Amino acid sequence: MSIFTRIVPAGDSAVLIELGSEIDPMINDQVYSLASSISKEKITAVIELIPSYRSLLVSYDPLIAGYAEMQEMMSEIVDRSLDSVEGVAVEAKIIELPVVYGGEDGPDIEAVAEHSGVSVQDVIDIHSGVDYRVYMIGFAPGFPYLGGLDERIAAPRLKTPRLSVPAGAVGIAESQTGVYPNASPGGWQLIGRTAIRLFDVNRTTPSLITQGAKVRFVPVNSHD
Amino acid sequence: MTKPTTRELQIIQSGPMTLVQDRGRSGYQQLGVSVSGAVDVDALDIGNRLVGNDMNAAGLEVMLGGLVVRFSESTMFALTGADTSATLDSVPVTANVSYVAHSDAELQMGIANNGMRAYLAVAGGVGTPSILGSRSTHLTSAIGGSKGGKVIEGDVLPLGDASSKSISGKVFEAESRDTSAKGLNIRILLGPQDNEFSLVGIETLLDSTYSVTDQSNRQGLRLDGPVIESKSGRYDIISDAVVNGSIQVPGDGKPIILLADRQTTGGYAKIATVATVDLSKLGQVTPGTNISFVSISIEEAQVLLADRQRIIIESELPRVVAPTNVTVDGIDVAVGVAQNGDSMMAELDGNIYPISVYEYPPV
Repeated sequence: MSIFTRIVPAGDSAVLIELGSEIDPMINDQVYSLASSISKEKITAVIELIPSYRSLLVSYDPLIAGYAEMQEMMSEIVDRSLDSVEGVAVEAKIIELPVVYGGEDGPDIEAVAEHSGVSVQDVIDIHSGVDYRVYMIGFAPGFPYLGGLDERIAAPRLKTPRLSVPAGAVGIAESQTGVYPNASPGGWQLIGRTAIRLFDVNRTTPSLITQGAKVRFVPVNSHD
Repeated sequence: MTKPTTRELQIIQSGPMTLVQDRGRSGYQQLGVSVSGAVDVDALDIGNRLVGNDMNAAGLEVMLGGLVVRFSESTMFALTGADTSATLDSVPVTANVSYVAHSDAELQMGIANNGMRAYLAVAGGVGTPSILGSRSTHLTSAIGGSKGGKVIEGDVLPLGDASSKSISGKVFEAESRDTSAKGLNIRILLGPQDNEFSLVGIETLLDSTYSVTDQSNRQGLRLDGPVIESKSGRYDIISDAVVNGSIQVPGDGKPIILLADRQTTGGYAKIATVATVDLSKLGQVTPGTNISFVSISIEEAQVLLADRQRIIIESELPRVVAPTNVTVDGIDVAVGVAQNGDSMMAELDGNIYPISVYEYPPV
């Protein structure tokens, strides 16, 4: 077990396994790998797993297994899982999202360009030029926390958040970029929009984007 | 020839906020889907037991009362949680007892007077569509419930198939859960990020009284009181998963207790977590309620959960009416009368109906 690993209770019905204390692609890979190891064990007491940047929350039914038992099971799986992920390159699934940048779809793109001292075309090229790691899903159904935004186009949040941001809006907030899966209030600067539905409860897999995948934004001229 | 019956609940008045809730939508938090579900899960569970439902059945969570519904067909129901001085066709009905409502009978709730939320359980459960395994309403993501939202006047909610074995007149002998009392002691477990707080900060949490502000809802209770000191002066952490009852401390140093509608992840350090057995009490607190915290061990918390299972889920539910057999026109019928709190009830042919004491004074 790594010296950074911390297994602690999160209340009486969950165990939190922290694998590090920073945002780091390798730690995040270990989180996925650990989640999949635990899933494979099919432990009766385990209700669900919530992976995040650098930790995994395991919620369980204490009427089936007490904390001591869960703690022991988890340490054992952590040891095995971390041993096996060492040096293994994780092949991430790439999800392409066609995005119409600027105009009505990206009302803040000029402000972002101005703030960054580059042209609007540069913002598009820079933003669509890299694949973004999905560190975790949270905040709202299907909302991906993406890592890897080029610092040149980092931009502050809006001073006054919008009451409604449309579904599929692509935005920037500080050094983060993301896509709103559903219409919601929001304070990110909007640079474009995708017509792809990120989250739909009627699909077998409701969320298009899942943890561990990579997102690639592809500039298009229209939503057709 | 019998006409096909459609068991439905017609919403005549919805009150300030009535929501379809069950035990919540678990299994999809890794996709950012909030659990939601009844905030006073004890009340939901008791209601479901009284009417003979599966524990996963959905009921109505009625904030502050004010709900008026009509039963399209004869239906067994029970009210739990906060008392609302409810009546069935103007006859008083008490909480924690199962009754039968005739077809077209109207159940009317007054204002909740000893808590925040009343629950209506109906035999068969509320049968709105199950979305990702649950009927619970999560308002901010518009998932579940009545067309993704709250129950509104004019809604007609389908009911599921009732178990034929269940009988009315069952009572749950509830301990007093009056939250109008000034103070509430809530048991907590320190962590998972108590290491982000100074010893002084942890003492502040355990030795102070916090009051529930009106900035509180199903997502969480925002508390006012002494500022909790963190070690570094910062309160943010790398966002990670939260649980029902997580006590997070944002930048202003004042704790927020996360409840059923919480987002799945959060970026503030969590100093402690409410013991699961005490969560239902938090579902009933009104703004202005004082809360103090007592730290317990995880072993104690898990023993309390086992106790809860025995009390709420596995206890015997006695029947309020002991019927006597009488013969009317040559036919044997079981009849009986009982009193529960302020309400009277009568048994006729195995069903328990509320009755007016003025019409049928007890012998």
